[in-house]
Amino acid sequence: MQAATQAAAYRGGRQWAAWGFLLPLVAYLLLFYAYPLYRNLELSLRDYTVRSFVQGGAPFTGLTNYRDIVDDPTFEPALTHTVVFTVVSLGFQFAIGMALAVFFHQHFRLSATLRALFLVPWLLPLIVSSSTWSWMLNSEAGVVNTVVRALGGEPIHWLTSPGWSLASVTIANIWIGIPFNLVLLYSGLQNISPQIYEAAALDGATGWQRFRRVTFPLLRPVSAITLLLGLVYTLKVFDVIWIMTRGGPADSSTTLATWSYQLGFGSLLPQFGPGAAVGNLLIVAALAAGLAYIRVQHWQAGRA
Amino acid sequence: MRSLASSRRAIGVAVVALIAVAATVACSSSGDSSSEAGGAYTIWDPYPQFDNGSDWVKLLTRCGTDAGVSVTRTAYDTTDLTSKALLAAQQGNSPDVLIVDNPVVSTLAEAGVLTTTEQTNVDTSAMQPNLLGAGQSGGKTYGVPIGANTLALYYNKAVLAAAGVDPSSVTDWATLTAALAKVTTAGKKGITFSAIGTEEGSFQFLPWFWGSGAQLTTLDSAEAVAGLSLWTDWLEKGYAPNSVINNTQTTSWQEFTSGQYAFAENGTWQLANAKKAGFEYGILAIPGKSGGTAPAPTGGEFVTMPVQKQTGRYAVAQKLVNCLTSSDNLLATDTTLSYIAPTDAAQAKQVASNPELKVWVDAVKAAKGRTGDNLGTKYPKISEQMWKAVQSALSGSQTPQAALGQAQAAAAAATR
Repeated sequence: MQAATQAAAYRGGRQWAAWGFLLPLVAYLLLFYAYPLYRNLELSLRDYTVRSFVQGGAPFTGLTNYRDIVDDPTFEPALTHTVVFTVVSLGFQFAIGMALAVFFHQHFRLSATLRALFLVPWLLPLIVSSSTWSWMLNSEAGVVNTVVRALGGEPIHWLTSPGWSLASVTIANIWIGIPFNLVLLYSGLQNISPQIYEAAALDGATGWQRFRRVTFPLLRPVSAITLLLGLVYTLKVFDVIWIMTRGGPADSSTTLATWSYQLGFGSLLPQFGPGAAVGNLLIVAALAAGLAYIRVQHWQAGRA
Repeated sequence: MRSLASSRRAIGVAVVALIAVAATVACSSSGDSSSEAGGAYTIWDPYPQFDNGSDWVKLLTRCGTDAGVSVTRTAYDTTDLTSKALLAAQQGNSPDVLIVDNPVVSTLAEAGVLTTTEQTNVDTSAMQPNLLGAGQSGGKTYGVPIGANTLALYYNKAVLAAAGVDPSSVTDWATLTAALAKVTTAGKKGITFSAIGTEEGSFQFLPWFWGSGAQLTTLDSAEAVAGLSLWTDWLEKGYAPNSVINNTQTTSWQEFTSGQYAFAENGTWQLANAKKAGFEYGILAIPGKSGGTAPAPTGGEFVTMPVQKQTGRYAVAQKLVNCLTSSDNLLATDTTLSYIAPTDAAQAKQVASNPELKVWVDAVKAAKGRTGDNLGTKYPKISEQMWKAVQSALSGSQTPQAALGQAQAAAAAATR
């Protein structure tokens, strides 16, 4: 009898201790994630002026901010640019990262040193790499146009013509994102047992067949997570574009992320409501990608 | 089991994904204020270029000591300061003294963040009315100018001489364009300015916009189109580099200091750097379309006192403001900032010690506040459409006429 109460008390104590350990994490999550998310949602559902932002009492306007941004002439180009920027960036980053990972997996001399060098773009602060790109692509004094001129070509207005600005920021972003793909895919490659390759070689598989039939399928889980994280990173890319073009000229490189910043902080008179609404669209897009990833994983696990 | 673990991990990933985006989007706030009337007084300024050893920070400390308090100073990038000030006001921890770019004053006043000089007994009688105008709205004054700057044309004497251009012949748009043509023919570059898609772009375009007689209330007038066509033609003919579309005033200045350019549209604050450029330079007022000096926009900051819950803090804050804007200190501050003082007395002293400043003092007297003409908080909305139109026209995606037509429609809708 007494032993049973003791056990219960002990269990109760353990329960409390468990909650105690959980509490800091829960408080942290609430304070730094749940509350900002809630505030962002609230901002987007009310008609905030600078006055009501400070003094309170902004009227609830439902989805008006969302309707306004969807009707805004900037919305369609911003959405298209976001999709193009994200898809093209991801495609190239992944393909080049995969090629480099396979290349470095062969362990030749200096491969470790070279691999380390490939990490540099990732280690540089974004302000440094973006400013460097911006300087290299400058129409007048940029090193890229100097080379183009030396080769007898017409200089290209990389950052200042509506036709090129999106391509320029995408190129810079691809360069920055390659190391991330390289590192993840390389570690994925290391987890593939060499015996499988040996067996494939004994069965007479060519190099391409080994990649196509062994490497690629076995890398699928790593590839999926690489692409998902890449998608989230790319959707919210802001610094690179803002530093290089400010989303211009004439909105030609505006994405949803830069537009959100432009609305909220880019002019003298902040429009917090519409800015938050655009930001929330991005969150929904990232969430949708995360859910799609879970579905794919389930499907893969089911097949395995 | 495997699928459970992996789906848990997947949910984790999705949550991390969600959070990563959320964290970049959500607003954050920081900082805290001391609540008693005593203790440290906080001052925010947009001069991050000055560190603790600079004359500016020493002046802040001295003004604090004179008022019998200690001063905590925080410097922000000027583009960040508006949202920082609004967030602080929302959290109820505004600084005691806020030094802020002049077109922002009407926005902060509209938000109810600033006290009026009437409330806090700050004396503004010595300030020049065209400068003070940027800090006034609805008949009330919300701050004191600490100094003014504006735009003019810097020119490279050697480049002009080599092309056979006499700077004094540049009196209107036609003669300026003719000078640019000569310089370009002589193998040098014409003019550089900043047409970036931010407030800086509007600031640089305004002297040409106002100089042709256009009004901010009608962005698509014939005069406005003439102003934008002038810039567009310069780019088409190669008199101005294509890089102006992405130039900030700083990168534009860097182009000028390469020594290849005849002219640069830039501000008073570059005066100290001009001396280091390594070539002989001169300064011209920006000409109006058919002669005379074009009204350039006034730049420069205002010293303001944000609203506090403890109204007892105003008395000391007012001492700090008066100290910062007293004639002697203005002279010292504006010399450090390379600004023109906002009072007649201090301006006279500046010109006496440096006759070169005469051009700038005249330019500041002719200058116009951007938020003046009763535009107030309408100005930022108009300005945003204006810089977009400038970008569209210069990058060739629209004609000046079409770009300004669209801008006027959007500005009218936004300010209705």
